[in-house]
Amino acid sequence: MNLIAKPSKENIRTYVPIGLSLVSLSILDVFANAFFNLNLMAFFPSQLNYFLPLILGFIGFYLIRIEFSGVRSLDILNKNINSNNFNALLTLFTIFIIIKSIPPMLDWFILEANFVGNSKDDCTGDGACWVFIKVWFNRFMYGLYPDAEQWRINTAFLILFVVVGVSFFVTEKLKKYFIFFLVFVFPFLGIKLISGGSFGLEYVESAAWGGLSLTFIISAFAILFCFPIGVILALGRRSSLPAIKYISIGFIELWRGVPLITVLFMSAVMFPMFLPDGTFIDKLIRVLIAITLFEAAYMAEVVRGGLQALPKGQYEAAKSLGMGYWRMNALIILPQALKLVIPGIANTLLALVKDTPLIFVVGLMELAGMIGLAKTNPKWLGMAMEGYVFAGLVFWVICYAMSRYSQNLEKKLSTER
Amino acid sequence: MMSKIIELKNVNKWFDKFQVLKDIDLEVAPQEKIVICGPSGSGKSTLIRCINRLEEHQEGNIIVDGTELSESTKNIEKIRAEVGMVFQQFNLFPHLSILDNCALAPIWVKKLPKKQAEEIAMNNLKRVQIDDQALKFPGQLSGGQQQRAAIARALCMEPKIMLFDEPTSALDPEMIKEVLDVMVDLAKGGMTMIVVTHEMGFAKEVADYMIFMDEGKIVERAKTKEFFENPKSERTKLFLSQIL
Amino acid sequence: MIFKKFNIENKKARDLIPQAITILALLSVIIYFATNAQINMGNRGISFGFGFLNQEASFDITFSMIEYDGSHSYGRAFLVGLLNTILVSAIGIFFATIMGVVVGISRLSDNYLIAKVAEWYVEIFRNIPLILQIFFWYFAALRALPLPENGISFYDISFLTIKGWYVPKFIWTNFNIFLLSVIAAFIAIYYINSYATKQREQFGKQIPATIISFTALILIPLITFLFLGVSLTFEYPVLKQLSPTVFTYAGGVSIIPELIALALALSMYTATFIAENVRAGILGVGKGQKEAAASIGLNKNQILKLVVMPQALRIIIPPTTNQYLNLTKNSSLAAAIAYPDIVLVFAGTALMQTGRAIEIISITMLTYLTLSISISIFMNWYNKKMAIKEK
Repeated sequence: MNLIAKPSKENIRTYVPIGLSLVSLSILDVFANAFFNLNLMAFFPSQLNYFLPLILGFIGFYLIRIEFSGVRSLDILNKNINSNNFNALLTLFTIFIIIKSIPPMLDWFILEANFVGNSKDDCTGDGACWVFIKVWFNRFMYGLYPDAEQWRINTAFLILFVVVGVSFFVTEKLKKYFIFFLVFVFPFLGIKLISGGSFGLEYVESAAWGGLSLTFIISAFAILFCFPIGVILALGRRSSLPAIKYISIGFIELWRGVPLITVLFMSAVMFPMFLPDGTFIDKLIRVLIAITLFEAAYMAEVVRGGLQALPKGQYEAAKSLGMGYWRMNALIILPQALKLVIPGIANTLLALVKDTPLIFVVGLMELAGMIGLAKTNPKWLGMAMEGYVFAGLVFWVICYAMSRYSQNLEKKLSTER
Repeated sequence: MMSKIIELKNVNKWFDKFQVLKDIDLEVAPQEKIVICGPSGSGKSTLIRCINRLEEHQEGNIIVDGTELSESTKNIEKIRAEVGMVFQQFNLFPHLSILDNCALAPIWVKKLPKKQAEEIAMNNLKRVQIDDQALKFPGQLSGGQQQRAAIARALCMEPKIMLFDEPTSALDPEMIKEVLDVMVDLAKGGMTMIVVTHEMGFAKEVADYMIFMDEGKIVERAKTKEFFENPKSERTKLFLSQIL
Repeated sequence: MIFKKFNIENKKARDLIPQAITILALLSVIIYFATNAQINMGNRGISFGFGFLNQEASFDITFSMIEYDGSHSYGRAFLVGLLNTILVSAIGIFFATIMGVVVGISRLSDNYLIAKVAEWYVEIFRNIPLILQIFFWYFAALRALPLPENGISFYDISFLTIKGWYVPKFIWTNFNIFLLSVIAAFIAIYYINSYATKQREQFGKQIPATIISFTALILIPLITFLFLGVSLTFEYPVLKQLSPTVFTYAGGVSIIPELIALALALSMYTATFIAENVRAGILGVGKGQKEAAASIGLNKNQILKLVVMPQALRIIIPPTTNQYLNLTKNSSLAAAIAYPDIVLVFAGTALMQTGRAIEIISITMLTYLTLSISISIFMNWYNKKMAIKEK
């Protein structure tokens, strides 16, 4: 009945070499086609030719699918990409698509791309015009902040990194002072340095701030402010006092129920109506208030998760020591609850960073906003792809690093317990 | 012809490089009760899991009730329906009531009317004495009750063979007895049973044969009395001295 | 004794004071804001009220599902925006669910390549801000499409161009009869299934309900075509020259690029989160459950249908509903690429024209809030209903 024996351990010596060469041949064909525009099997009719790699690869994979062959590498191969016919097809499709998509990507990103020059005219290739990014790089990072003053932003961030870096290595006792400095002193110092207006520093209005540095400034301040508000709201939501409980719930659910963009609209057009006539509050401050309130509601829910996760015994133990509500929370409950939710806090921060581009609503421009500005510059029309790919990469690196960090923390915390 | 209901010949199994079963030969006659013991990691659980093909063996033959198990075995479900299994962790379905847990397979595998399936389920729940808990959910029962419900669930398919994989290891001491009592009843009713357990009192009471496994091999197989009174292998002696 | 009584009163007072202070503080903030708002509005000669909703809007909206032009009211403009928000959310939810389920299952595939590709899909699209993805599709990818005269044609009935996607328009006669027949088909399917369940439960008879249902779903509407005068014709988009250099398509339905970009970005972004939910849900059903189900003789499909899915869905549905809600809220980013959703139309254009910031922002926020709260009420009800009973 069976003209061809089923692949098995007995005929492994004939089938595996044939199968492997068929698979390699099929991949080689697609590879040559994609990279060198060669058609190895052009002598076949064109319809057949198109599907030939798939057919060859499929037969090849069938031939090498020998269970428990005793050859370790073959077993691993079969188990991972070739466990049945369907998987073999999926594998082939995936490999082919990856191979096919490499050359055009490579061309656009590197081979056909232009790196040197100062204007759009220097971009002659078919690929990306990275000159655009190069020329505008400064704006993408610092917005419209005057070039001569940019050292101030750099200095502020440098101090931040150095202080944070050093604080990892100092003793516990000194660490307290470092944290105090970071939370209560540095933010005002840094903002004074960047905005200027005293100590002989030229005043730079917040409308000129922008680019990636603005993303960091807004994220840092928002997290700084939303953290205490979030903790208070979380405690409020779990309070036994009804008025406080329901006001907290209402506040939290109000912000969590609406999109950030409407909150920003509110801060831009509705908020001024609520203030005495003639009061002017800086755009950046209004945005910060809006984002802080919005993120505080999410932070509150994260902290509440931690509070709920704590065993009841912790509360009872603290009460039995005669502690009052505030002392109990400050000394026993919050330190433990906050430690539990560090990954959640990191995730909130991540969401915050991803939300910063929305400040375009009030006319502030961080990285994505600056790209929007640059691509509409008459001298640089048609650079949207380069701009958004660049911005996407920058944001991706930042966000991916953050999410990895929070995942690792999560793993570490769950093993510690 | 049908004097053997389960037959294992030269069964070998590997997890990657590690060989878990080495040249296992085993024959079980209908109504026989066999207790398998041995240190942890000796392959005893893997062995009984191979019998209803929750694990696949790589070499040798396993024949259950006249059907050889291999990758081309069609209707593996049919064999599984004849081989009941009880797990260490009960594995009751948490989203179904105890009654539904038991009636599930009769309805869907045996295609019985719901009413009839529920009758069968109630009968078996009576047999393990938890018919009063029939409408509760697994999460609402104690460990011992859950394990008895799991036994009832397996019995609802009227299996010819029952496999027990350390049925009392996950239980609190005071609940072990209620489960063992049910198993003793079952044994006395003439069920073919293969039990992996360390409950030697139970083994002495019901087992026809004892099997001692170590490092994937059957080290010793003997009638129960002989096994306990006069073990041949040094390893068996050592093991028995440790757990008795 | 006296001391104890004093203590109780003391405790009551201790509870009362902070609550009173909080309420007073909140009230004073509200009153302060309200007085300021009144003075400000008085200065600008407007008074608080929703009467403007009936006034003529006198602005156009590029894309509307209901009849609308500048002569309609602000109220109707709000409705147009709301419908557009619902449209893009519904499309987004549909595709996000399909993609999310596929990617989530792929991540658990025993095929290493597929699992890896799915993992990287999630890592890439989850970690790029949604607004950037919208910008990318709208300003970069869709702008790279050809002009109408060179549009990418799908069998000459549908064209993808820089100005949007032109698809055939369905022209129905007696559409109501067709609609009724579909409803009738679904009712029939419901009865077929309950009959089949009854037969199975009472007599153990298996009726191929799925196949019969499919047949009914096709057959019943088909009858209306054959005998009841329902017919369907297509109006295909045709290239039309407006001027020597400007072309467009006449006929058919045009799906504007804003909608495509928004729906694409929303579904690809949200799919990553749904994929993670699906993965967690399937992983959440222990291996022991599947083994136990196999050991009582259930086959693969039955295990999936009776044991794995009911448990996995309990884990998947609540966070996924949350993602649907997020997607709907995120659809407000439409304002960034001028897709006329509720935020752009109402909180944008209508607000600029009327200057009624307080009313308009309140209505917009309330709309979203209503949606969020009704979904969370539903979720609480669902969770309570579906919770697996424990001690």
